[in-house]
This record gives sequence, C-alpha cells and structure tokens, in this order.
Amino acid sequence: MRRDLCLKAIARHVTDADIVLPVYSTAFDWLDVRPHPLNYLSHGAMGLASSHALGLALGRPDKRVIVLDGDGSLLMNIGTLVTTAEAAPKNLFHFVCENGTYEANGGHPIPGRGKVSFAGLARSAGYESVHEFSDLKIFEQQAGAILAEQGPVFINLKVEPAGPQERDYSRLHGAHVRQAFRDALKAS
Amino acid sequence: MQTSAGSEEGRSAAGLSGDSIIREIKASRIEFVVSVPDITTSEGLLRPLAAMPNPRLIRVCKEDEGVGICAGLAYTDKRALLLIQQTGLLDSINAIRGVAVEYSLPICMMVGLLEKEVGVPPRQSKRYGVRIVEPILDAMGIAYHEIEAQADVAKIRPAIDDAYAQNKPIVLLIGQRPS
Repeated sequence: MRRDLCLKAIARHVTDADIVLPVYSTAFDWLDVRPHPLNYLSHGAMGLASSHALGLALGRPDKRVIVLDGDGSLLMNIGTLVTTAEAAPKNLFHFVCENGTYEANGGHPIPGRGKVSFAGLARSAGYESVHEFSDLKIFEQQAGAILAEQGPVFINLKVEPAGPQERDYSRLHGAHVRQAFRDALKAS
Repeated sequence: MQTSAGSEEGRSAAGLSGDSIIREIKASRIEFVVSVPDITTSEGLLRPLAAMPNPRLIRVCKEDEGVGICAGLAYTDKRALLLIQQTGLLDSINAIRGVAVEYSLPICMMVGLLEKEVGVPPRQSKRYGVRIVEPILDAMGIAYHEIEAQADVAKIRPAIDDAYAQNKPIVLLIGQRPS
C-alpha cells in the first residue's frame, strides 16, 4: 500500500476534535493531508510518540488520540505496547506504517524486516483489538469502523517505502508548532 | 545546578519519612505517578502509592517512556511525577534532553540514588554511578534538589510548583530509603 493513500483513508474519519501524532516521514505526508493545530508533532526523541500519546489520552479522555507511528520508531520503544495495553486508554489508536526501513535515516532496513510481526507483538502485549492491512481497498472500507472501536486499538499498515521527501524539521520541532498545539488543545 | 544548598549539617543517617514525601506529592497536585521500580523508593514510596487510587500509578517498561507520558500529560494540564532510579535517569538522557529541556516542559523526576551511602553527598559517593549524577544534571542545565534528611522534604512542593510555573524540568534526588 502507498502510505499517503492510507493516510488519506484515515483522514476521512478524523474530526476537528481529534489529536493526531504522526512521526518522521509520515508526519510530513500527514501535514499535507491534514494540516491542523491538533497535530502533535514534537516528540523530542525517536520512538516516544506513542508515549506522548498515552499521556495525552490519559489527560484528555474526552478526545480520540491517534498515533501514526513507524516500524523503526516502534522498535525503539517496544515496551510502549505493554505499557499502553496495561493502562488501557479507551481513546487511543496506534497505527504503525510498516515499510521495513528507517526511511528518515537513509532507508536502511529495520532489524527483523519481514520477519517480525507487529500485530503479533501488540496481541502478545495485551491489546484486545489488533488489525493488520496490506490491501488499500479493504483498509479504506474498514478505517471508519476501526476508529469507532473502543481503545486501545493497534493497526499495522504494510506500506511501501516512499521516495525522496522534503523534510523541514522546523515544521515538527519549532516552538511555534508546540505553542499552536497547546493553544488549540486548551480551546477544544 | 542545585537550586538550594545541600545542608551538610542536616545530612545525617536519621530517617526519611515516606508518608511525609507522599503528603507533599499529593499537596503538589500530582495526579499521575509514572514509575519503573527503584530499590531506594520501593517500600517507602512506590508500594504505598500503588495501593492508593490517587495519584494514579502508571507502570512503564522503561524510564524514557515515562518522559513522553509526562509530557503528554503536561499539555493537558495534568501534573505527573516520574518515580525512577538514577540508572533510569541515565538511560533516559536523550529523552530528557529533547523533551524536557529543549521543549521546556515541566517533567518532574523523583530519582532514587541506588547504593548512595547515607550521610555522604552524592558527588562524594564512592559509587561512580552516584557521583556522576549531579555533574550530568549541571551539564544539562537541569535544576535538582537533594532529599535526604527529613527537613529536605519541604523542598518538594515548591520545586514541583516552580517546574510547572516556569515550564522546566526538576529532579528530586532521594538520598536514602524512606521509611
């Protein structure tokens, strides 16, 4: 599947009230699909997006919190699956775009590429709702229903590595980005 | 960057009350304690906190996860305390650098000093892993307080309030096992 098309399928079911945490290459794609002040873009260290998401989900149980993670990022913080399953926030949705590479760091393969099952890891960690897709049409049909489930929900998307991308990291880490998020969250 | 003088004359082998520390944590309006178990604070702090409904305890697999969780909570105006061991602090340096320091977020860390000798200042410890903690925090520009004598407990609430008022991290170094 193409990642950008998967993101468009997700975006069709994301509301103005939802918080979305996209990481690295996915973040730049997502900013084209859904520019919004409730995009939480500043994660500070690779792998931590899902942990920030858990904090947001615990602090604002009235909002859906949607993580758009990468496979390399998840591997860097694999314990997050266990922690999140244990904390069991009903409003957290953890998508992983599995492209088998560290796309933002030169396209090198992840360890266990093609062997590790992220859906299997999530199941073993205690997630009760786990989905995996490699067919875009089926994902498009089911994305809305998945986002209506009770969390925590884990969704693995098998996507192709994307091509070159313009990455202006100030769009993710700039102080203005964090302030815009803070203001938008207080107002919503 | 110790923000108040470590009281040499107050430093003694006299006990440190876990109950009094928990009272200060609650008085600081901490709603979540995020923790990886630490042997220094295990019995006096973590075990009683785990038995309480509030603050809610979130058990994490690794300390840097806790930095991210506390950051997310901070954006929602919920106060959190990361209760860990100094080994976890050292393991989480990059997360603390990126999230707490560079993003100016009020990440409040209560850190048990594993194997620190009671009555000995951390910098003078014979344990390398203890001795390096304060110089590293100094290098990172992170404020800290030593909590070793009972009189030090009074530093906790102002330190947490200040972290949230100033949007900056704080480290509270627990120098002996609370009762």
